Amino acid sequence: MGVLLQQAVNLLQLGSIYALLAIGFSMVYGIVGLVNFAHGDIFMVATYLLFFLATWLFSMTSSSFAVLLASTALAAAAIGLLAMIIERVAYKPLRGAPKVSLVVTSLAVGLLLQHLVLEFLGPNSQRVPRMVPDIKFTVGTVNFEFYQILIILFALFIMLLLNQFIRRTRTGVAMRAVSQDATAASLMGISKDFIISVAFVIGAAIATVGASLYGMAYPIFDPYIGQMINWWSFTAAVLGGIGNIRGAVLGGFLLAAVMVISPMVLPVSSYRDIVAFSVLILVLLVKPSGLLGKRSIQKV
Amino acid sequence: MKIKAIAFTMLLIFVVSAFAGCAPAGGQQGGAADEIRFGLNNEITGDNPVIGASSRKGVDLALEEINAAGGVNVGGKKYKLVVEELDNEFKPESAAAVAQKFADRPDIVAMIGPNDSADVMPTIPIIEKAKLPSITPWATAVDITKNNDYFFRACFTDDFQGAVIAKFAYEDEGARTAAVLYDMSNDYNVGIATIFRKTFEEMGGKVVEFQSYGRGEKDFKSQLTKIIQANPDILLLPNFFAEVPLQAEQARSLGYKGKFIGSDTWGDVELLRLGGEYVEGALWVGHYAVDIASDKAKAFIKAYEAKYNEKPNDIAALNYDAVYLLAKAIENAGKIDRVAIRNGLASIKEYEGVTGNMQFNDTGDPVKTAVIIKIENGAFKYYATAKP
Repeated sequence: MGVLLQQAVNLLQLGSIYALLAIGFSMVYGIVGLVNFAHGDIFMVATYLLFFLATWLFSMTSSSFAVLLASTALAAAAIGLLAMIIERVAYKPLRGAPKVSLVVTSLAVGLLLQHLVLEFLGPNSQRVPRMVPDIKFTVGTVNFEFYQILIILFALFIMLLLNQFIRRTRTGVAMRAVSQDATAASLMGISKDFIISVAFVIGAAIATVGASLYGMAYPIFDPYIGQMINWWSFTAAVLGGIGNIRGAVLGGFLLAAVMVISPMVLPVSSYRDIVAFSVLILVLLVKPSGLLGKRSIQKV
Repeated sequence: MKIKAIAFTMLLIFVVSAFAGCAPAGGQQGGAADEIRFGLNNEITGDNPVIGASSRKGVDLALEEINAAGGVNVGGKKYKLVVEELDNEFKPESAAAVAQKFADRPDIVAMIGPNDSADVMPTIPIIEKAKLPSITPWATAVDITKNNDYFFRACFTDDFQGAVIAKFAYEDEGARTAAVLYDMSNDYNVGIATIFRKTFEEMGGKVVEFQSYGRGEKDFKSQLTKIIQANPDILLLPNFFAEVPLQAEQARSLGYKGKFIGSDTWGDVELLRLGGEYVEGALWVGHYAVDIASDKAKAFIKAYEAKYNEKPNDIAALNYDAVYLLAKAIENAGKIDRVAIRNGLASIKEYEGVTGNMQFNDTGDPVKTAVIIKIENGAFKYYATAKP
């Protein structure tokens, strides 16, 4: 029983992180129809920025909580700006081009970011400074740490905030309109450029929050972490139905569940990825648009 | 229009810098008549760049010494030994491409590297076909020297290393139950894990959990929870020094109280920097220990510290030895020819390196001792010696 509860804590932690990663990925797809493979590398740049900001802020204050909030907020703003610039420079000129060109461009942007970091910051692994108090709890045989609670609550808060934003605000309504029919939306006076920028900025800002939480749980990083992040967020997003934000959250938790449960029940843990991706194929066979995805009709 | 101008300028910058980066590390191709060139197939970039950097430092120091003493003596004439380094990105496919490049170059007479076992594997058929004698400094996977005549190494093998870890865990640490968490995507990690399990169980111990993960993964909590539930006396982490800290940290966070034990891939201070308190008290098997160095090793450590202002790790020491082995082989060969140098390498029966005495058998593997290192107060300390 204790082991099951322990694995449930592991699952909640991993699922929250996957969900946050998948949200940014899915949202950009929903608005622009772009599978943004630069997402993982934007996450990586965010991690580096957080690392430098936190190190710098720690030289001025010893309050780790203030450093956490300040560095995350500053990094989210900066990375949001970076994403907006990337969109303007690399994606916007290609808006009329075939979707495949955009996907390839996003791959190129990702590699460009990765190699810029490699060139200027070096390939060595780094460790994010600890930004949350090191408190451990033991309930029965279940061990968990303060940062895990923070990850789960913080992720939940961001998801609810985004949900409210999309449902209640004017910009949110406009985003949904563009996602449903961009041409009709612009006929109604919605600035498509503005909405696309907003989607990229929010996606990148959420990735930064994700990076901040990820850094608490897995503090060692290098310029290559973006690749795995891409796989996970892409898989989670597709699993839940790409373009759908609730689907991304569901997909994130489902992926985490497979990752946590399969080593528990399988005799050999090396089957884990085989199971994870078999689940993905099965879901897509039964429901090609993902769990919560809508079937879109291709207009000719 | 403005965006296009910016894009064009950026493109121009990258093209120019790309070409600047492409200049061969060892100067122009071809080389002078009084030079002997060998290739260094090295892990310069990739997710474990310390390997490449240490390797290059060890090679450079050895070359500096050899060439300062006049170079390599071949049939009465002195030649300068020159290295040409190419990056294999710590990827098997790139390592194979680099080996092919060296194989196709008539002026390259031998290859040193790759350092990682998974990178060595795909290069074997290439160097075998090109009859290019090669020495891997650090790759310990058993199969490297099997069924081929051209691969040699400067380090012990996983057969030996895995057994040493198992015996040490059982006899000295008194462990009767053990668990393993290893990266299943690398021949090296799989090799150590398997040999450890076999030896440990033959001795009467029990491996209670045998868990794995894929390259690049960061979350091991599910596997570790299972391991902790089985309550092993000792946990073997035969993984690279940049990965072990996260594994140790997650194990402690989940309430693991037992000991950690590791293999020779723990051998860099990076492990201490990233692992801190989590790896304190852990033990690992290495190629040599700085604090019990022989006179020859002391001289090497002193020269290395003077040149690079840091202590040499196992990788640097083994690369240093590999270059000296190559120089000796060329002198034995008496002519600058790949096959002759291969025979020259095979004719070395014994060599006193900075990583200890090496007795070569017919397979190209040296028989040498291993040391057990303990992590104490955030530093590597010599703990015990394991003889073959």
